[in-house]
Amino acid sequence: MKKKSSNVDVAKKLVSLAKDDVYIRIKNKKQPELHMPLRALSNVKYDPKDGFFELLGKMKERTLTASTIKTFAQTLRMMAHAKLVVESDDITTKREMYYISKNWAEAAFKEQPESDTVMEDLEAMMMINREQLGFIPEEKGGEIAGKLIVVDKDPDTGKVIKIDCTKFGSGAYSIPISVEHLKFETNAKFIMAVETAGMFQRLVKHNYWKKTNCILISMGGVPTRALRRFIRRLSDEKKLPVYVFVDNDPYGIGSIYRTLKVGSGNAAHINEFFCVPKARFLGVTPQDVVDYKLPTHPLKEIDLKKIKDLLKNDPFIMHHEEWQKALKQMQQMKVRSEQQSLAKWGLNFVIETYLPEKLKHPEKFLP
Amino acid sequence: MEKEEIPIAIELAKKQREISVASFFEKNRHLLGFDNPRKSLLTTIKEAVDNSLDACEEASVLPEINVEVIDMQNDRFRVVVEDNGPGIVKKQIPNIFAKLLYGSKFFKLSQSRGQQGIGISASVLYAQLTTGKPARITSRIGKKHDAHYYELHIDTHKNKPEIIKEETLKWNKDHGTKIELDLEGSYQKGDQSVDQYLKQTAIVNPHVTLIYTNPKAEQIIFPKASDQLPKKPVEIKPHPYGIEIGVLMSMLKLTENRTLQSFLMTEFSRVGSGTAKQICENASLLTNTKPRDVTRDMSEKLIEGIKKTKIIAPPGDCISPIGENLLEKGLRKEINAEFYTACTRPPSVYRGNPFVVEVGIAYGGEQNAEGSMELYRYANRVPLLYQQGACAVTKSVINTAWRNYGLSQSRGALPVGPITVAVHIASVWVPFTSESKEAIAHYPEIIKEIKLALQECGRKLASYVGKKRRVQFESKKRDYIKTFIPHVGQALKDLIGFKKDEEQEVEKLLATILEKQRGELEKVEAENPEYDEEFAKIGKSEKGELDEEKKQ
Repeated sequence: MKKKSSNVDVAKKLVSLAKDDVYIRIKNKKQPELHMPLRALSNVKYDPKDGFFELLGKMKERTLTASTIKTFAQTLRMMAHAKLVVESDDITTKREMYYISKNWAEAAFKEQPESDTVMEDLEAMMMINREQLGFIPEEKGGEIAGKLIVVDKDPDTGKVIKIDCTKFGSGAYSIPISVEHLKFETNAKFIMAVETAGMFQRLVKHNYWKKTNCILISMGGVPTRALRRFIRRLSDEKKLPVYVFVDNDPYGIGSIYRTLKVGSGNAAHINEFFCVPKARFLGVTPQDVVDYKLPTHPLKEIDLKKIKDLLKNDPFIMHHEEWQKALKQMQQMKVRSEQQSLAKWGLNFVIETYLPEKLKHPEKFLP
Repeated sequence: MEKEEIPIAIELAKKQREISVASFFEKNRHLLGFDNPRKSLLTTIKEAVDNSLDACEEASVLPEINVEVIDMQNDRFRVVVEDNGPGIVKKQIPNIFAKLLYGSKFFKLSQSRGQQGIGISASVLYAQLTTGKPARITSRIGKKHDAHYYELHIDTHKNKPEIIKEETLKWNKDHGTKIELDLEGSYQKGDQSVDQYLKQTAIVNPHVTLIYTNPKAEQIIFPKASDQLPKKPVEIKPHPYGIEIGVLMSMLKLTENRTLQSFLMTEFSRVGSGTAKQICENASLLTNTKPRDVTRDMSEKLIEGIKKTKIIAPPGDCISPIGENLLEKGLRKEINAEFYTACTRPPSVYRGNPFVVEVGIAYGGEQNAEGSMELYRYANRVPLLYQQGACAVTKSVINTAWRNYGLSQSRGALPVGPITVAVHIASVWVPFTSESKEAIAHYPEIIKEIKLALQECGRKLASYVGKKRRVQFESKKRDYIKTFIPHVGQALKDLIGFKKDEEQEVEKLLATILEKQRGELEKVEAENPEYDEEFAKIGKSEKGELDEEKKQ
């Protein structure tokens, strides 16, 4: 984080928002209005120099009317709660926020997604990260194995703890929800982020990190904010290249890789800190399917739709010709293939042949 | 040698003889509405009141009718009906009351309650059969005339009056008729009761004053609501369309006209010289044929000729409808609802007979929302209380798509909802399914007209129901807003930290801002100052009685 606003600043900002946009307008007999950036792909631009999705100016207004009054009341009540939490230096998990709303009688959230949406709105409205408001997610970050020592602190004593990620045997280090305070020691040459836990296990089992002197990370689907932040800090501070190894399908490319590299439309207001612009795409590429004669599955209607959508609406894909070429190739082949399909040529084909061949030419990785 | 046998037919012939109408109805009294004691009491009163009303209206007198039902114990009742009508001349009294199928209304085409000349004499017959007592009639035709008193029986074999007693007497009335009958019956309130019948009569006859004393000696007065007599229905000639060959032949035989053309012109409505010539031409008959010389075959040709000729519909002015205003007013008096509407259709024709359909609707208010629609049927201003299922009105209501108008309805059933529908059919000849005049026959033309009238009212109803829903939705929305305003106030207080009274001020301001934005709340629910609670109660069954009814 560039500059972490102190808790006092956050509380002040909450109060001034409530005062200027709501309280004073009511006093002047005008309808209260809350403003927030529109959080969607249509409101981001991609500039490879900055390397992440940046917000365009489009703002969403939430005017207090009959149909919005419930959400409006909920937003204000959540702001009041956040102020309390920030002032007492506590935290609220997303789930806890949902339960706290149960005290609000008719204004309570019915399901957690409702509460999560209001939370994201609030975050965008304040143009800060939800953690600064004391809100933290339930989801865990991801798993690490390899040449890395994470420097953490004991929550009770504050004593420094050094965690050696080579010492987890066949297991792995699980990164915490908040990573801002961590420090790193490493002499690894690169970071490899892997989509599936299965592939990660195979690489760990055979001590792949030892052979290639790298840090292995299991993302388990779309990377969480904490994981994105973790990789970003690690790669920035230790100047390590980041290679991404995912399935060859529109989800692996358009959701997992794209989100890791440039962020998402939904979290555009904080992408700056939660993305890894230097990430490169190792595979599996549509060309790999041809080159390695990989087994395939036919693309479903929904996959083809996603490809079309990426080609037409995603500012990142639209910027990179290589990606358009690759996606068009996938569109023509009408097939996808998983990381594990490499096992067709033997269980350790991936370790012995595929990855070494790929890593010989990192310059050929897709952007 | 065989002895010549007497043919059996000769033996049988000894038993064959004429059946008098009176004997026929003696055995088939249910055909006239005397199926059971309760219905018999109602039918008797109905026939007497109908006759009184017809007589008064014909003489342009505002009717004032006194109905008294006295419990004589042992399931016997004395019915007294007295009117201020024109009275009946002495000579005719026995025939009118003690001879079946004797009357003035059968032969003319004019809107009246009675039609066949059977009703009142059938009541006399019923009374005679169940108690053996004669009918007692008093009638006076004017100040300068005596009042005549008769005690009458019907000779059922000959269908002829049998005069038991005859005298002149003093009567405090200038003109009028009074009938007194003793008969077997049963009195109950509730649907299909005498009370209900009289009340419904009052609803559609606002010019009538009814004074009713029921067997419990409770007197109910239905005062007239209007001094205006209904427009006197005009008597019309039959329309050529719908004439049947038998009728045509007897008309040809009886007419005084010399030529076929003049016969057609004078005996039928809507036939001028042009149309008459056209008919003759289409029938290949000469216009100067003597009516008397027209044979059966020629009559048949004449009917064909009529069918081929274009003749305009009969005039509608022979019908005297209740009118949209009075129909709605009547409903307002009876039912405390939120919405009323009525419509009178233009005249239409079935089988050559003009008729007019009217529909009134009362929706919402205190009416039961769960039950079936309440349906009032009227024919020539007479309420029909029995045989609802067999009636063309019911069929038309069932075949109307009420869901379009905001009511729920299952297939083949009356709609469900808080609604009362009154349907009135006025015609020079109302086609009933039986002599007891309880249900209207299923003529397609009639059903079509009823449906059109129902639809017209239904559309108005739908727009009301729609408006009501919108307003309800709006007020729900406002309640919704009111629910969340305190939360905004509370949150602002927590965030900014102002005092309690300021919180209230903020909430008030916010409510004003939102209210202004949504505009005035429309008012739909209307008051009904014409509703008469006492009136509405009349004829409804009391709780105890209802249970009794169920037990039976």
